[in-house]
Amino acid sequence: MDSVAPFPHRQYAHCESGVVAALLTHYGLAISEPMVFGISGGLTFAYIPFIKITNLPIISYRMFPHAIIQGIQKRLGIRFRTHTYRDPARAHGELVTLLSEGRVVGLQTSVYWLPYFPDEMRFQFNAHNLIVYGMEDGQFLVSDPIADHLVRIAPADLENARFAKGTLAPRGFLYYPERVPSSIAMEEPIRKAIRKTAQMMLYAPVPLIGVKGIRTLAGRIERLRRHPDQRYVRNFLGHIVRMQEEIGTGGGGFRVMYAAFLQEAGETLGLPVLKEASLRMTEAGDLWRTFALACARACKRKGEPVDFTAIANLARQCADFEQQVFRMLRRIE
Amino acid sequence: MRIDETPQDHIRTLGGETKALYVLDDDGRYTTARTTGWEVEEIVLNQVIEDFQAKAEEARRRVRAGETSPIEYYMYKNWMDPLTLAQAMGLFRWQVRRHFRPAVFARLSEARLRAYARLFHIDVQMLKTLKEDP
Repeated sequence: MDSVAPFPHRQYAHCESGVVAALLTHYGLAISEPMVFGISGGLTFAYIPFIKITNLPIISYRMFPHAIIQGIQKRLGIRFRTHTYRDPARAHGELVTLLSEGRVVGLQTSVYWLPYFPDEMRFQFNAHNLIVYGMEDGQFLVSDPIADHLVRIAPADLENARFAKGTLAPRGFLYYPERVPSSIAMEEPIRKAIRKTAQMMLYAPVPLIGVKGIRTLAGRIERLRRHPDQRYVRNFLGHIVRMQEEIGTGGGGFRVMYAAFLQEAGETLGLPVLKEASLRMTEAGDLWRTFALACARACKRKGEPVDFTAIANLARQCADFEQQVFRMLRRIE
Repeated sequence: MRIDETPQDHIRTLGGETKALYVLDDDGRYTTARTTGWEVEEIVLNQVIEDFQAKAEEARRRVRAGETSPIEYYMYKNWMDPLTLAQAMGLFRWQVRRHFRPAVFARLSEARLRAYARLFHIDVQMLKTLKEDP
C-alpha cells in the first residue's frame, strides 16, 4: 500500500452530503452534492426549545446526522455497508483491511480531535464526516469534503476522533456503498423526495418543524426584548446564526443547496415549476443571509438597543418565501 | 447570491482555509465558489469564544482563590460546559461538578486525571498546576 492513487478531491459545502456524493461518484455513479442533499430529503427546519446544547435550544436547518446516508439508500435503492465498533483496535484493523482491498470509505468523526481543523472550529461536535482513501507512511490519507485540499491524519488522532464520547458519539461509524449502478432513473426518486420535503415543511404536526417552526422562532426572537439577561440574548442570537452557518455551510447554506437541487431536478424532469421554485428558494437563501447579518450585528453591539421585531420579521419573511416554494412543490407531477 | 457577491472577508476563525459555497454564475446556473469566509461567521464565532474566555478567566481567578479546581478552567478554555465535558468524559454532570471542588480534585485518581488531561490536550502536571504553554 505504498503508492496510493491520489483521490480526486472536491470541496463540498456540507460534510455528510459531500461524503455521500464523493463516495457514489467514486464507486461509479456520478452525482452532485445538491442532488444527494435533495433526494435524501436533507432539508428541514426544526426549533426544539426543550432540548438544549450549552443551555441553548436546538435550531436545525437540516435533518439529523445520518439522515442523508439513510435517505439516499431508501430513495435510490443503493445499499451501504455500515459498521459501528466497541473496540477501537478492531475498528482500526478493519479500516486498514478495507483500504488494502482498495476500498474508499466514509467515517463519522469528532472535529474536536481533528488536528487539521482550525483551532477556533474545534468544538465538541461529533457528527463530522470524512473520507479515508488510503494509507501512506503510517498515516491515513483523508479527503475531507469541506477542506480545500487533501490531508493526512495519524492513526492515534483518527482513533480519538472516531471514538469521542458524548452526544451523537460516532462509535467508529464507517460506511461505504455496495454495488453502485452506473446510472439510475432519477425521476421518480426526485418527485418522491420533493413531495416528502414539501409535506414536512408545510404540514408538520407540531409548530416547531417546517415553516411553522420558523415562525415560532420568530416569535421567540421578538420576546427577547423583555429578557433581563443581555448576555443570554447575545448568546441566543449568535447561536441561531452559528447553527445556520454550521461547519462548512455559508449563510442559509442549506437553502441555497436546495435551490441548486431544484434547478438540477428541473432539468432532469423538464418541469418549469421547479425552475421557478429554485429562483424563489434562492431568494429565501439570500433573505436568510440578511437575517444572519441582522442577528450578528445585534450580537456584536453591546448595550445598544436592538430592534427585535425587525429581526423577527426577517425570519417571518423567510418563512413566507419557503411556504410559497413548498406550495409550488407539493403537487408536482 | 451571485458568484461576484461571494464573501471574501479572510476571517481569522477559518485559519487561512477556504470553504465552498453554492452561488449563481452569470448564466443563472448554480456552481460552487471558494470563500475565505464571511464576516458574520467570524462575529458569531468570536462572540461564543469571548464568552468562554471570560468564563475561563473567571474560573482561573477562582482556582487561585481555592474555590474551584483547574478542571473548570480547562473546561471553558476548551469551549465546553459541564454537560459537554461530562459527556466527553463519559461521566455524569454531577460527577464533573464534584471534581470542581478542590478537596475532591486533590484526591482524584491518576487514571481520572490522565483522562481529563488527554481530553484537554495537556499533561497531568499542567492539569494540576494550571500552568500553560511552558
